[in-house]
Amino acid sequence: MSHLLEVKNLDVKFDTDEGRITAVENISLSVDQGEVLGIVGESGSGKSVTAKSIMKLNPGNTSYNEDAEIILDNENVLQFTSKQDLKKIRGGKVSMIFQEPMASFAPAIKIGAQMVEQLLIHKNINKDEAKSISINMLKRVGIADAEKRFNQYAFELSGGMRQRAMIAMALSTMPKLLLADEPTTALDVTIQAQVINLIKDIIKEYQMGVIFITHDLGVIAQVADHVAVMYLGSVVEKGPVNEILKNPKHPYTKGLLQALPDINNLDAPLSPIPGNIPSPLDRPTGCVFRTRCPHHNPEGKDGKIEMKLIEVEPGHWVDQCGIKCGQNG
Amino acid sequence: MDNNLISVNNVSVNFDYQENFISKKQKIHAVNNINIKIQKGSFFGLVGESGSGKTTLGRAILGANKISSGNVIFHDNERDYDLTNMNKQDLKEYRKKAQLIFQDPYAALSPRMTVRDIIAEPLEVMKITNSRQETDERVRDIAAKCRLNIEHLRRFPHAFSGGQRQRISIARALVSNPKFIVADESVAALDVSIQADILNLLKQLQTELNLTYLFISHDLSVVAHVCDVVAVMYLGHIVEMGPSRQLFKNPKHSYTKALLSSIPSIDPEKRSQAIELKGEIPSALNPPPGCVFRTRCPNPGIDCKGGEIKMGLTEVEPGHWVDQCCAL
Repeated sequence: MSHLLEVKNLDVKFDTDEGRITAVENISLSVDQGEVLGIVGESGSGKSVTAKSIMKLNPGNTSYNEDAEIILDNENVLQFTSKQDLKKIRGGKVSMIFQEPMASFAPAIKIGAQMVEQLLIHKNINKDEAKSISINMLKRVGIADAEKRFNQYAFELSGGMRQRAMIAMALSTMPKLLLADEPTTALDVTIQAQVINLIKDIIKEYQMGVIFITHDLGVIAQVADHVAVMYLGSVVEKGPVNEILKNPKHPYTKGLLQALPDINNLDAPLSPIPGNIPSPLDRPTGCVFRTRCPHHNPEGKDGKIEMKLIEVEPGHWVDQCGIKCGQNG
Repeated sequence: MDNNLISVNNVSVNFDYQENFISKKQKIHAVNNINIKIQKGSFFGLVGESGSGKTTLGRAILGANKISSGNVIFHDNERDYDLTNMNKQDLKEYRKKAQLIFQDPYAALSPRMTVRDIIAEPLEVMKITNSRQETDERVRDIAAKCRLNIEHLRRFPHAFSGGQRQRISIARALVSNPKFIVADESVAALDVSIQADILNLLKQLQTELNLTYLFISHDLSVVAHVCDVVAVMYLGHIVEMGPSRQLFKNPKHSYTKALLSSIPSIDPEKRSQAIELKGEIPSALNPPPGCVFRTRCPNPGIDCKGGEIKMGLTEVEPGHWVDQCCAL
């Protein structure tokens, strides 16, 4: 069976004044219908850049490598250049929800007008139909007084409400793939729990594929089926969520889990990962994590081991340098 | 004599609010009738959702917000300062002894000043040191305590990552040798691997320099890990307060219970045990009468539904206080 989305050997580089920055290197991922792929990593790990590549939303100074493929519904997105083609994916087959809903809605246009506008672009319907679809969607995501909210501006809604409206807008065109970029990070925990449950219900109902980006391993544990752990533009470990969180192999994944304060185990010390994330301008050669790795693998130390994922258990892939380091610690 | 550093007695903070120039003036009840005692050397946690008034309370204790009623007493060795009744000279003294660490290390540091100047500024403004040499010495001293390299002092903030910037902010707050620190969401903007490092640093500095913290955070797991005493705030009121282990092991208030259950568990097999709270925090312009939480309470009793029970803490176990509506 072919996947809904398949990303193969993707490199993303940005040309800047200070030189060429490698934001993402050699990433391969796949998402099936009705499946949630979680991408975790710290800031600067390339999570958002990866997601934006799927819609070709990265800025003009971006270059992709030639042998990379992003196959969505049997079409290679990276080869799309015409506006017509791009329109099919942006908001059509793929929708995105962002971290800060206030920044994603135009502040001076009513929410309803924004929802209708995008429906008119992507669907062959008239304004009245678009309005009723939008209002139904607002109701579906749990917004009370949907008719009233339809005629309001983004600033008139609270944070949780805005995020719901954002989800409603993203879903109203019935995308096949939903990209959720830190959708709950700006929300309070009680509202976060509401939004997570809503997203899970909707995935079940509409059977779409989801890429859920977050830095919060707890959120990943709650929503994802598969996880990819990213560090400095590379996937260092990926596999089924249970496997990754309960049986992590890569020292970075282990470090992340140990750094997380666990409310059920207050006696465990908080162990930070030493050092800082290197600047993408001087990305380490070989294993990207070696500058902070607590278990120096003598061979990995000088960057002679290339990054390469190896399947250690069915479906569980770990970077080859990380496997060796992981055994030491 | 008890060992308190800060006593907050019946403090309320109101803000005037006028929607536009012809509408009626209203009052926002940001903080209502708060009583807390912060013991010397403690790590006092203040948790709650956005809009619960935790930052306002923190700022009121620092004298950065006007207190509408009640008072805050800062017990120094020799004397007590009353924040609501303080002359300029005393306020200057108090500023040296109570400092704030901000949330966003990217916004808190001036991009045009070197790290040395950023850390030295409080010393110069408050005229604590007498010579440049003395200033430099103190800057170097505190920078080393906050694990900053001496070479870093000549650089500008843009050269640093989030964790390093937060260490610079901490050094700046500590350079005047304060006794009391308000850390307002000081790790919220950091990545997990760095967050743990900053928390450990704060703990370590606490023992080294005899500090007392008021640690404001929305993240319960962080608070549970570092704080000795925790107060949970909702809509301007403290709804539950107690020693942190006791409070997190045995929460009594329905809001605390719901908050705890909403933390996404790291265990994929324990999915959605969250006690889902309907709706959102009401506006502080017209908070519900009686128990402020009853509009979202998952199991409101018959009495509190009508809003007839006033807000007020009762002691259920030694040191563990719960709002009476939920304690009944």
